[in-house]
Amino acid sequence: MLAIRKSFSTVSKNFSQTQVLRRLKGTLVVAEHDNNKLSNITLNAVTAASKLGSDITCLVIGSNCTKAVEQLSKVKGVTKILVADNGGFEGYLPERLTPIIVASQKQFNFTHIIAGASAFGKSILPRVAAKLDVSAISDVIGIKDPETFVRTIYAGNAIMTLKSTEAIKILTVRGTSFEAAATEGGSAAHEKFGDVPSLTDQSTFVKQELSKSDRPELSSAKKVISGGRGMKNADNFKILYALADKIGAAVGASRAAVDAGYCPNDLQVGQTGKIVAPELYIAIGISGAIQHLAGMKDSKTIVAINKDPDAPIFQVADLGLVADLFKVVPEMTQKL
Amino acid sequence: MSLRVMVGVKRVVDYAVKVRVKPDKTGVITDGVKHSMNPFDEIAVEEAVRLKEKNVANEIIAVSCGPAASQETLRTALAMGMDKAIHVEIPQPQYDTMQPIHVAKCLAKLATDYKVDIIILGKQAIDDDCNQTAQMTAGLLDWPQGVYASKIEKDGDLLVVTREVDGGLETVKLKLPAVLSADLRLNEPRYATLPNIMKAKKKPLDKKTPADLGVDLAPRHQVVSIEDPPTRQAGAKVADVDELISRLKALGRI
Repeated sequence: MLAIRKSFSTVSKNFSQTQVLRRLKGTLVVAEHDNNKLSNITLNAVTAASKLGSDITCLVIGSNCTKAVEQLSKVKGVTKILVADNGGFEGYLPERLTPIIVASQKQFNFTHIIAGASAFGKSILPRVAAKLDVSAISDVIGIKDPETFVRTIYAGNAIMTLKSTEAIKILTVRGTSFEAAATEGGSAAHEKFGDVPSLTDQSTFVKQELSKSDRPELSSAKKVISGGRGMKNADNFKILYALADKIGAAVGASRAAVDAGYCPNDLQVGQTGKIVAPELYIAIGISGAIQHLAGMKDSKTIVAINKDPDAPIFQVADLGLVADLFKVVPEMTQKL
Repeated sequence: MSLRVMVGVKRVVDYAVKVRVKPDKTGVITDGVKHSMNPFDEIAVEEAVRLKEKNVANEIIAVSCGPAASQETLRTALAMGMDKAIHVEIPQPQYDTMQPIHVAKCLAKLATDYKVDIIILGKQAIDDDCNQTAQMTAGLLDWPQGVYASKIEKDGDLLVVTREVDGGLETVKLKLPAVLSADLRLNEPRYATLPNIMKAKKKPLDKKTPADLGVDLAPRHQVVSIEDPPTRQAGAKVADVDELISRLKALGRI
């Protein structure tokens, strides 16, 4: 099965004898990156990990990921980095990453395994949890102590505090709930983890079609301009892009706009899309359904522009402008 | 190749209901509140029915793990076109502490017993918002997974799955058997017509217990409290763009 287990069985015996007194608890952060750069959410995950009071080990699994490892080695709070670098990890297939994560758990006996609550983290960590027979905890927004976690349920309409009785706590953490760890000041050493892995061919990575943009990344942007069904068509989204570029904002959308084909799926903000908490969120032509609010109601300042004065969005907006967006949005862009 | 497809469905508080937290902070008020099939599960059912209509699947089975009321949801799945249903009956107190890992164990055992080729689940339940069951079921079975699927195609012996991910779309090829989870744009589910609702009453609905499946439902988490989120008050309306801009500048937002 796994080539890793064979090559590490003797090494880990010596290792654990010398380390057993120190290794009473430890946290593993599974890093998300594109080989060249860490995803912002990895920095939030490191901060979440720091609240657990143990040494933080980061696992970087990639294909030619030296640059991501270098960046991670400077992140404050990281004690050690394990690197599994192989062309077979292109596309980060859960079926290939899971055995590596499970092997690191078997070797180092972490008490906590954390990843960001992104598409990457959420796809992989529950699979890992099942292999370890652990009940995982999704989208944690607060850590009260190493066993007690806070998360939202019912589209953010209720907040649950729960205590896990599992020996290993496996969590995905919401990026917007934890500050980004400092990217200077760290000096973690990295070491190769595992031998050449036996890579399953149950799944194959074919391709990615990612939106390319110079705008800030939506999940971590300080300002977001979002469009809804009121935009009427894809072409009209240009109005939003123009305003966004004027103030350096990211662009998001409601589910209705994505379903109607006005913009790509990765712009969707909401209960089952991205959850954002910028300093400024401007909702344009968005009615404010419960599911959309779930994705943005933690924003510091919410502005709503909608021609329907009864739109539910006005009940959460700090500033509301009842007007025709096709008139006022270009006006705003021009006056700023 | 004709495949057996199993779809998991969950009965949840209807998506349009504004849930209220119980005053004693032990949970959310669900008594007397409208319940429906989890929207992502409707999409999963629809996909299975379409696979049957395309002759890719020859038997499509709906499963639900829950108390007696889960049968309503199974009847809806049958009315949408599923061939048969399996109800894993969970007594209410155990259902209240049930987690995705428990459900995944039930599904994995059923998939093995019924020689299932494809399991399709909804991406997440809109009550607990966990988004784990498909991934866990795949892990337990050691099957490949295609979660957040927005398109599923058959290519010979493989499934080609287009997934919605944070940066856009990703395409993977999976060997069978496999576990998939349905995302919003996979399809638009059909409404069950009255003739189909009547026909559904005659379709088989088998009952199982967790003990039949060898699954231990002992809780792994303890709920400490369930509370209201911070409330957001409605703010002020502004008269025009000039006022909006000056208010935002005063707040330091632009």
